[in-house]
Amino acid sequence: MKKLLLVLLSLILILSLAACGNDQGEEPSAEEELTVGFIYVGPIGDGGWTYAHNEGRLYLEENMNVKTIYKESVPETQEVEQEIRNMIDQGAEAIFATSFGYMDYIEKVSKDYPEVAFFHCSGYKTTENLATYFGRIYEPRYLSGIVAGLKTETNQIGYVAAYPIPEVIRGINAFTLGAQSVNPDVTVSVKWTSTWYDPAIEKEAAVALIDEGADVIAQHQDTTGPQQAAEERGVYSIGYNTDMAEMAPEAYMTAPIWNWGPYYVEQVQNVIDGSFESHQYWGGIEDNIVELAPLTDLAPDEAQEKIDESKTEILNDELLVFEGPIYDQEGNLKVEEGQNLSVEEMLNMMWFVEGVEGNIE
Amino acid sequence: MLVNILKASLVAGTPLLLATLGELITEKAGNLNLGVEGMMLVGAISGFALGFYFQNPYMALIGASLSGSFAALIYGFLTITLRSNQVVSGLSLTIFGTGLSSFLGTNFVGKKMPVEVINFFKPIEIPLISKIPIIGEVLFNQDIYVYFSYILAVFLGIYLFKTRKGLNLTAIGENPSAADAAGIKIDLYKYIHILIGGALCGLGGAYLSVVQVPTWQENITAGRGWIAIALVIFSKWNPFKSIYGAYLFGGLSIIGFRIQYLNISQNLLNMLPYIVTIVVLVFSSLNKSKEGSPPKSLSLPYFREER
Repeated sequence: MKKLLLVLLSLILILSLAACGNDQGEEPSAEEELTVGFIYVGPIGDGGWTYAHNEGRLYLEENMNVKTIYKESVPETQEVEQEIRNMIDQGAEAIFATSFGYMDYIEKVSKDYPEVAFFHCSGYKTTENLATYFGRIYEPRYLSGIVAGLKTETNQIGYVAAYPIPEVIRGINAFTLGAQSVNPDVTVSVKWTSTWYDPAIEKEAAVALIDEGADVIAQHQDTTGPQQAAEERGVYSIGYNTDMAEMAPEAYMTAPIWNWGPYYVEQVQNVIDGSFESHQYWGGIEDNIVELAPLTDLAPDEAQEKIDESKTEILNDELLVFEGPIYDQEGNLKVEEGQNLSVEEMLNMMWFVEGVEGNIE
Repeated sequence: MLVNILKASLVAGTPLLLATLGELITEKAGNLNLGVEGMMLVGAISGFALGFYFQNPYMALIGASLSGSFAALIYGFLTITLRSNQVVSGLSLTIFGTGLSSFLGTNFVGKKMPVEVINFFKPIEIPLISKIPIIGEVLFNQDIYVYFSYILAVFLGIYLFKTRKGLNLTAIGENPSAADAAGIKIDLYKYIHILIGGALCGLGGAYLSVVQVPTWQENITAGRGWIAIALVIFSKWNPFKSIYGAYLFGGLSIIGFRIQYLNISQNLLNMLPYIVTIVVLVFSSLNKSKEGSPPKSLSLPYFREER
């Protein structure tokens, strides 16, 4: 009997606590707030691509009275459809999907839910309620190339890259052009890792580059693996995605970084106001969606001045990264003097500029 | 050039070797533990966390091995004491370990190992023998983790094939009823070897987070646990052969970065490990001898009453 009473009492205690908790939880949602869903391709803890998107989500929560939900490590398969439907069941009225491979699935789901606003990062398919967004990361990559070009003494820069797709190739080309703008003798060697996410393999690719004589390591991956190789071998590195100073204090100079927050706030505001329209957003440095992380003390002294100069030129449209004359690896003139690559040509870029060592399959 | 390739292969193969040895002795005891990936990740985060807090390499090693054992204990309790399905228990251990490591690692994302620990795991040249051309540089100018792993492989080989206890273990894996009749304490042997196996998997994972990439990033093993399970089959349950197996696969994973000048297609290079696996499996199944077949009672729970 005593035992029964005890159990009963503790049950009451737990239930009443739970009830209290519930009340507190519901308070902020008293006024109807918008739910925004985020689909991530990797874990937030990657310290790179997904981390940057999550910073954007946190920025959104800080600046607006909305509720956000997210799901990490969603594979680029049918599973993403399921996750999106789950989020909509939980009340999401705006969905941000942050990887290229989600494209076909999100296109399909967007047609089933015309009342929900969909945003797809880095894709090219749109529907009436599916917008795409991306940034001209090649602009800060060009600037980071300047830092690398000034820093290198062996005139060999290593570049660890995931897959030979236009997005990556565009970045390598912009980086190389930036390095060549201050150091015409520089070559950029590229190693493909065939993975977005394997810190150890990315590091080994960078070690191979360093063994071949590279003294600055740049990268297009989702983790900080390549930075660790530079740190261990006492050479310098350019990061990507986020400020990586803490992870490689003795190697890191700067990084082209993403700043998704402002775009998220702007678009969610549009959804709230009912003024959301499908669009294809490709913002540059002037929109703050991409930028170059602050230079560390390891960056060469003259770099800051050079970067400020080039950045101003980019902002004034005086400097377009892909302006002629540009030659490809075989020495063919690809962009004539006075010409620029069109957006279409940039989005389909499958050739390396002169000075890049590596193959595109 | 060649020296650099071989040296890098050993480094890339070390986490594989440790995990393979861990799984190998687990399977020798008749238990198929598919939780290698989970145990590696739990070991990786525990090793990183303790090394980071105490700035002490020994704490990192102890943390990694104990947490690996702890994860294996869950599996051991389920499969030995409760005799539940080994495949399901192992798979759930992988899922559990992956989640647990992400959860524990939340506060460590982007943190870097303290210098004290990194310095401890710098390559150490062994006097005299490290001067032998090629072999000396490849084998005897590595960090202590690499030394430990290949010495351990040799030690385990001797243990399994040359000592009474090792033979007892083999007997349990092959025919537990006979072993039981011979007075061997089956459950005790199974527990001990599964726990040691877990510790080795944990150490393998910690090699990635503590030594190779000394920062914490989620899911740092990126599927190496599964390769380790395949390597056990590849090495035919023989610790000596697991040395080449692990270093071969380590080497194949990095060779593409080193021979780019040969202009071999990257896609072809990516296929290499799998092509090699298929070729080896074909050849090993052509060979009809008893040697190199899996332990007979692998993945079967042992019930004394069902003799």
